Amino acid sequence: MAKTIAEINEKIRKGKAVVVTAEDVIGIAKEEGTRRAAQEIDVVTTGTFGPMCSSGAFLNIGHSKPRIKLGGGKVYLNDIPVYTGIAAVDVFLGATAIPDDDPRNKFYPGEFNYGGGHVIQELVAGKDIVLTAAAYGTDCYPRKKLETLINIKDINEAILFDVRNAYQNYNVAVNVSEKVRYTYMGVLKPKLGNANYSTAGQLSPLFNDPYYKTIGVGTKIFLGGGIGYIAWHGTQHNPAALRGDNGVPRRGAATLAVIGDLKQMKPEWLVGTSMLGYGCTLTVGIGVPIPILSEEILRYTAVTDADILAPIVDYSEAYPQREPDILGEVSYAELKSGSIKVQGKDVPTGSMSSYPKAVEIANILKKWIEKGEFLLTEAVAPLPGVESGLTSKPLKERPIVE
Amino acid sequence: MNVSRRIVLHFPPNMTGQPVVSRLVKDFGLTFNILRASISPGQEGLLVLELSGEQKNYDKGVKYLTEAGIEIQSLSQDVVRDESKCTHCGACITVCPADAFSVEPRTRKVLFDHNKCVVCGLCVKACPPRAMLLYF
Repeated sequence: MAKTIAEINEKIRKGKAVVVTAEDVIGIAKEEGTRRAAQEIDVVTTGTFGPMCSSGAFLNIGHSKPRIKLGGGKVYLNDIPVYTGIAAVDVFLGATAIPDDDPRNKFYPGEFNYGGGHVIQELVAGKDIVLTAAAYGTDCYPRKKLETLINIKDINEAILFDVRNAYQNYNVAVNVSEKVRYTYMGVLKPKLGNANYSTAGQLSPLFNDPYYKTIGVGTKIFLGGGIGYIAWHGTQHNPAALRGDNGVPRRGAATLAVIGDLKQMKPEWLVGTSMLGYGCTLTVGIGVPIPILSEEILRYTAVTDADILAPIVDYSEAYPQREPDILGEVSYAELKSGSIKVQGKDVPTGSMSSYPKAVEIANILKKWIEKGEFLLTEAVAPLPGVESGLTSKPLKERPIVE
Repeated sequence: MNVSRRIVLHFPPNMTGQPVVSRLVKDFGLTFNILRASISPGQEGLLVLELSGEQKNYDKGVKYLTEAGIEIQSLSQDVVRDESKCTHCGACITVCPADAFSVEPRTRKVLFDHNKCVVCGLCVKACPPRAMLLYF
């Protein structure tokens, strides 16, 4: 019964492809069995919508008259510093950048109300952005100062390029200490006052293809409300992570580097985000289609929250000190019940990642495919898998000897 | 008939020195529970109360407050959620001391119950997309 991507695309073109979300496939597989479900279903769509800090955008703002070399100079977009260590009028706007005069955590916990992620959202929304630049001046780029409004519709390129998104599994954060901890996993109340997790679980792209049998370099995806591509495996990609019998990683494992034209994305799917006491970031919407090439692939997509385990990690001591200890494991079904047991205590749960938005993404992608607007792609190279031996290594500090 | 309502009182600067709440108790037989207070002499004051008592006494008490120049708002108007900004992530749920947020089991959307809100403001800064707004 094995299908090919070309065959599935033929059905998509004819408007005959059977597309279901990674949530709906669970019931179908249960009712009809994986064999029949695999014959009927052509594509399963996934989705995730969570804060993803390794996000950013490359912008080419066009050459001013006279010319200015921003490379090596200082450039701000709405007071947010951008990276200029590239060519004359290319800059990189990072999601976590904050204004030079932001008080940060000087008044603890810092609010971090506006940063790079917010500029990306405003840029995508078509708002004018204030660019201020100071350069050193050269013979061919004589100008030293530039102050102007820019708009996404006028600049040459705006490319979203996120080097680590869509983490395959993540920690459940708790705080065993006596005081509140402000983390990238939200506000953690003392003495196991709450537990925060961050994943779409059964809808999340990489949980539905745990061994990366269909998702690879070149895979066309939903990115930020538009079309994007998987560019590479993401940073800290760790396919060797501990896995359950179902193949699903029980620790943070694979990650994706993704790229796409920011000009066709939408502000509701790239949301500037503020983490109290931690910093600014960007909440990114990603959806990956999974072609049902075999019964095995279908079986992976039928994974449920009850089948996915995550480690519970103390963010007051173990995480900051990089200790490997965990306080136990818990399934996403338990996390979504609203309360989990940690060290004998009932701990209420909250999420950093939006499940309703993940559902929406999976449904949008489904609709695109059903309408024949979105064809699937063959991966041009696989993501490094378990056999690659690739692991995410900690930093081993070495003394600097002159 | 007894009523119990959560209200926000805005005191003009000249009223902050007066024993307004004790008159509600003494003259109208109402009971109160202070949820939040910000009152300094000579400045505009704010008092968030749960005010309870018989309906006719409650109405008289509210009339007294209004005539005294105190502006009354219902509490639910004070912390509001900007629905266009909320992403339904759930970062607010465990931060709220009053259990005003809950998850709708089927859609997993985050519901905000104004009636449970005690206007502490903890959710305002803990909300990643800054969808919770505090209005005074």
